[in-house]
Amino acid sequence: SIRCFSALSPQLKSTLDTVVNSHKVLLFMKGTKDFPQCGFSNTVVQILKSLNVPFETMNILENETLRQGLKEYSSWPTFPQLYIDGEFFGGCDITVEAYKNGQLQELIEKAMCS
Amino acid sequence: MGVTKENVESALNSALSPSHLQVIDTSGGCGASFEIEVVSEKFEGKRLLERHRIVNAALAEQMKEIHALSIKKAQTPSQWNPQPAQA
Repeated sequence: SIRCFSALSPQLKSTLDTVVNSHKVLLFMKGTKDFPQCGFSNTVVQILKSLNVPFETMNILENETLRQGLKEYSSWPTFPQLYIDGEFFGGCDITVEAYKNGQLQELIEKAMCS
Repeated sequence: MGVTKENVESALNSALSPSHLQVIDTSGGCGASFEIEVVSEKFEGKRLLERHRIVNAALAEQMKEIHALSIKKAQTPSQWNPQPAQA
């Protein structure tokens, strides 16, 4: 039989389900919101700050298991990863694009009121 | 041996048959880092997140080594409207 290595254990998956659903806006990033350690993460933090919404961040540099597991959980290979209302929204490029065309603000406002 | 601009171009060409493709090496010598613009019929009817997923999947092998990837444009041929040269 074929066994595939997975970084996403059932326990981690269920933890992530809980975590992403406990915050309206959650950013998995390199560093913290006060000390981003990568330009892409910093860009998304600045966008969220400018929208004046409460958001949580988690530093994936501090937890290699979380970092590898999240790539599978989101089916997304890089960080930052933005979650809105429990759903994966995108990485830096998608967030920038949605910020420019107003869709990000719209979606976050909707999430805040839900 | 690291990932080159040519590796990225050839992976995207074979997966997406793009009508426009621009890959810019932005590494400045500190490791594989690229900016890409890609126009493909494969993006038809897909929203931006799905389009980026298609690009990421096409580069799955390269992503293991790529340090940073920025997808500046992922458009369909009908959306693609090159900016006219500044007069």
